Amino acid sequence: MDDFYKEYILDHYRNPRNFGVLEAPTATAEDLNPLCGDRIRFDLMVEDGRVTDVRFSGKGCAISQASASMLSESLRGQKLEDIARLTKEAVLENVGIGISPARMKCATLGLKVLKTAALGEIASWPDEEKPEAGASA
Amino acid sequence: MIAELDLRAARIARDFPILALPTSRGKRLAFLDSAASSQKPQTVIDALVHYYTHDNANIHRGVYELAERATEAFERAREKVARFVNAAEPAEIVWTRNTTEAINLVSFTWGLANLRAGDAILTSQLEHHSNLVPWQLLAAKTGAELRFIEVDAEGLHELDRLDEKLRGVKLVALSHVSNTLGTIAPLETIVPKAHAAGAVVLIDGAQSVPHFPIDVRALDVDFFAASGHKMCGPTGIGFLYGKRALLDAMPPFLTGGDMIREVGYEHTSFNEIPWKFEAGTSNIADAVALGAAVDYLESIGMSSIVAHERALTAYALDRLAAFEPRGLTIYGPKNRAQRSSVISFNFADIHAHDLASILDTEGVCVRAGHHCTMPLMEKMGWPATARASFYLYNTEQDVDQLIFALEKAADVFKIK
Repeated sequence: MDDFYKEYILDHYRNPRNFGVLEAPTATAEDLNPLCGDRIRFDLMVEDGRVTDVRFSGKGCAISQASASMLSESLRGQKLEDIARLTKEAVLENVGIGISPARMKCATLGLKVLKTAALGEIASWPDEEKPEAGASA
Repeated sequence: MIAELDLRAARIARDFPILALPTSRGKRLAFLDSAASSQKPQTVIDALVHYYTHDNANIHRGVYELAERATEAFERAREKVARFVNAAEPAEIVWTRNTTEAINLVSFTWGLANLRAGDAILTSQLEHHSNLVPWQLLAAKTGAELRFIEVDAEGLHELDRLDEKLRGVKLVALSHVSNTLGTIAPLETIVPKAHAAGAVVLIDGAQSVPHFPIDVRALDVDFFAASGHKMCGPTGIGFLYGKRALLDAMPPFLTGGDMIREVGYEHTSFNEIPWKFEAGTSNIADAVALGAAVDYLESIGMSSIVAHERALTAYALDRLAAFEPRGLTIYGPKNRAQRSSVISFNFADIHAHDLASILDTEGVCVRAGHHCTMPLMEKMGWPATARASFYLYNTEQDVDQLIFALEKAADVFKIK
């Protein structure tokens, strides 16, 4: 458990980087995790195939928000094909904690939304899983 | 008295083999999610094994002894459930998969046959999706209007405008006990008024029948839906109670085998209730095991269960209240007589899912999220809550373990 929520996760949760919305983004996407209500939106400014500005917004658990915040830090200057190559594994490594299967969607929601914003069709990236239906009482 | 009840609960917990198993981290299991699904006593597990080992055959068909025994066990279980909720006769108990299917049965049969444009359906703002979505669809199909009894900030039903809301209402559909807030619905006020207004009353009893003695005739409800798996029974079996006159008049739901009287190429006549609503081979083994669950609950006594859960919930509320200065918020009715053994809460800025994950590392199972009541969460402005729920096998030790784990969460999130 001590390796469960590293200090920088709490820092990103309480002080998210690039938090907010862009006034006129060239690309935007939003999605939620119906299981827990985590919600993430990514706004991107893309010029000549490169990200020039980024904001994310949302609400949810520390894992989902910190993961999106950390993701947002490395985006400026990146090419869209770099974003296409971002993997779930890399994101999980960023989060740096043992994610249980139940929390996997929290950790990867930001990546899913970012890729949808950057690349459009969800179908263009095969490692995506369909969100689960709402759980029972 | 409280110590005595707790000792008894500790003895009861030994009837549930899963509760003796440590978690993968070697922690004692504190199972505080019975509102989602209860654990099963050995007698229920044995009933499943016994049925498949000794009595298994299809029912209502075979003339051989084994089939007669299976049919007997299946119908005996129905009698037990009928007696447990004090139905007038076993024929008023229809087996379903769960509460959701029972409610859908009413929506698709009674609902489509009886509702028209201009009619209204009245439910409340704290319903589980299972007692909301079927009525949204029924309203859309029939042109009926869907209305809501509002709830206040504590999750208590606001009844001052009830008479006005009941005008033109054909169906009142309410949960007996809220799965999110534990609110016990004031049925003694609502049901007579609903009947006086000419409405039929359906009660979602998923969260009440496991915890309180239920008398459907004293409550005077027309339909009562429940799930076996929340009352020590297996998953995949639930039931719908309906008054005979209503069930008799209703068209069938699913159609096919077992629910027929006579079938020709062009026309079919239907079986009597309850079998009219039980198309195809039923979930025989799970129905039989639900009968064993009823036996088990009766052997403990529902009034003892009520007394124990009240005492334990009060203990938990008191211990949780000690965290309030550090940002813990307890939701639901403040008057403890108006709530069941469900406690929803949030702790400072820790998201409920993070909290549940941390509690899990200490062996404490709580539910976190919207509890299938998204409109209620939206209305209250809560993105998610953590929920601890208690049952007959929970003890003060489980609550103490929850409190210990909350201290750990405070530590991780640096809450002073």
